[in-house]
Amino acid sequence: MSITIYIPCDSAAIALGANKVADAVVIEAEKRNIEIKLVRNGSRGLFWLEPMIEIATDKGRTAYGPVQTKDVASLFDADFVNGGSHPLALGLTEDIPYLKKQQRLTFARVGITDPVSLDDYLSHDGYSGLKNALGISQAEIVKQVTDSGLRGRGGAAFPTGIKWNTVLNTASDQKYIICNADEGDSGTYSDRMIMEGDPFVLIEGMTIAGIAVGATLGYIYLRCEYPHAQQALNTAIGKAYASGYLGDDILSSGKKFDLEVRLGAGAYICGEETSLMESLEGKRGLVRFKPPLPAISGLFGKPTVVNNVISLASVPIILDKGGEYYKNFGMGRSRGTLPIQLAGNLKYPGLIELAFGITLRELLYDYGGGSATGKPIKAVQVGGPLGAYLPESQFDTPLDYEAFAAIWAVLGHGGVVAFDDTVDMAEMARYSMEFCKIESCGKCTPCRIGSTRGMEVIEDIIEGRELNKNIPLLRDLCNTLLNGSLCALGGMTPYPVLSALNHFPQDFGITDQANAA
Amino acid sequence: MQDPKEKCMSVKDAMNPKIQEIITELKDKPGALLPILHAIQDHLGYIPAESVPPIAAALNLSRAEVHGVISFYHYFRDTPPGKTTIHLCRAESCQAMGSKKLEDHVKSRLGIDFHETTADGAFSLEPVYCLGLCACSPSMQMGDEVFGRVTPETFDNTIAELEVQS
Repeated sequence: MSITIYIPCDSAAIALGANKVADAVVIEAEKRNIEIKLVRNGSRGLFWLEPMIEIATDKGRTAYGPVQTKDVASLFDADFVNGGSHPLALGLTEDIPYLKKQQRLTFARVGITDPVSLDDYLSHDGYSGLKNALGISQAEIVKQVTDSGLRGRGGAAFPTGIKWNTVLNTASDQKYIICNADEGDSGTYSDRMIMEGDPFVLIEGMTIAGIAVGATLGYIYLRCEYPHAQQALNTAIGKAYASGYLGDDILSSGKKFDLEVRLGAGAYICGEETSLMESLEGKRGLVRFKPPLPAISGLFGKPTVVNNVISLASVPIILDKGGEYYKNFGMGRSRGTLPIQLAGNLKYPGLIELAFGITLRELLYDYGGGSATGKPIKAVQVGGPLGAYLPESQFDTPLDYEAFAAIWAVLGHGGVVAFDDTVDMAEMARYSMEFCKIESCGKCTPCRIGSTRGMEVIEDIIEGRELNKNIPLLRDLCNTLLNGSLCALGGMTPYPVLSALNHFPQDFGITDQANAA
Repeated sequence: MQDPKEKCMSVKDAMNPKIQEIITELKDKPGALLPILHAIQDHLGYIPAESVPPIAAALNLSRAEVHGVISFYHYFRDTPPGKTTIHLCRAESCQAMGSKKLEDHVKSRLGIDFHETTADGAFSLEPVYCLGLCACSPSMQMGDEVFGRVTPETFDNTIAELEVQS
């Protein structure tokens, strides 16, 4: 009987050697005349254990990791193919506490199935949401999404159902669904993991969105830094077409939905929805004025739903189990689950999908295990490069959109980047301005020129020049950026800059409390 | 009256039949410009200046508009890259795990700064702002391959392997 061995094809696992390990396992098995079936699954998201090999046993899947090529022969010696004991043995995968404590809804299949196997997808509840959606009216689909309380997971947290409703009620000969897969925020990788680890769930979510609002064409705007995701999506789209899940007559319902992957070209600003649409139209990614809202006049001037990958990938389970089911997770006005991404200087970085409400401290220490370097965690940036830096005194904040807004911070796309006490926060503030300078589309003057001036002012401050003059100047400049920019790049670069200044004044050479306030 | 420069470019066009082929194949897609530019760069490694006039003509755009798009996006380049392009992540998560030290090492090992190519044409070095490999920082991409938890030592070993292969 052949033994099924799972080795992830997730690009982070590959970056840690998964392809080489897979080759070594195949060669070693041949050498020993052991018949194996190798499945390249997505990653479970336990990245300190990658590459993590799993074996299907009678008791469930059992894991070994982190495995390097040099370990492969000894794993075979230990009869790991039958669950034998070995220093790298981790026990049953599902019993690993990091995984066991999670509430995986959107990520239910990631790491379990072969990402590009439609049969695997179908046998793990795939396309149940679409089948339900085809049996109810468009307004009822939108109502389920509205009732679920799902808010845009890209960062802006706008209620998805309201957006869909606007597009549904705007008459047009053509409407579009755009998936914003331009996951440019540093410290975030949940979109990538979904697209590489379960591309069909995104395809299903977009198909449901199309049917709900009457859009027949969808685009996935994917950043070009994600070639593995591009390959997985295109393979899955091809299979969905071949089996009638995409195309002119979806599951013989008479409904049409076409889907295409389009590549970005390394511009962070194209993650902003109006800039993204300009880019899809073949132009420079300059931010547009709003109104008109994209839901009324979006891509090529037509009503357009623009949703993040995780928002759309959460739709199938909502349509499968109902809006109420999803809404029962979470706290306050933050309903459902959030795939949190632990990154930076942590001992156990990884993907954690949980209902809203867990505190940052629990994430950093109970899951993350503290810093990788063993030093105290000094600051945490939540929500990407435009997110505020939080000091230790704010680590008890629960993950909730409103709780973060109340401390002038953002949850964004759920990325959590930890820094130990060697970080220089003035340097991080300078970098934020530099990043804004590099990525500004140039439309708004405060962002285009203010970012360069901001870098210069912070450099002066770092050099200790005229703090009494330069600190108020930096605050004034940040105020101009906050209030004088069309989009979040200029409008939010002050978050990391000012939070660094306010919480870590000593790094800016400020000793006098009056200056810090 | 035809601009003499343009005439010269159209002579060069003839040397790149693939560019015209790509334009013809993709020009009718909605928003065709980025797909065309990607296809040309995939094929040649960069977008040569002589490809601008035929693209502009096919899409009914001015050459300035096409040039504007090429120069707006960090990924597109108008000069040939080295044999292997190294994308080194500079974003926060990698900084938290020592990417600055790695960056200094890479630059001195290759003897070039960002956006430059080594004199022997072997390597180009580009910054990247997140590869989505933040759970194994610092990260880089070398050609088509991705690497996590990169140290100066593993970088040197990878470069040495490539140099042996060539």
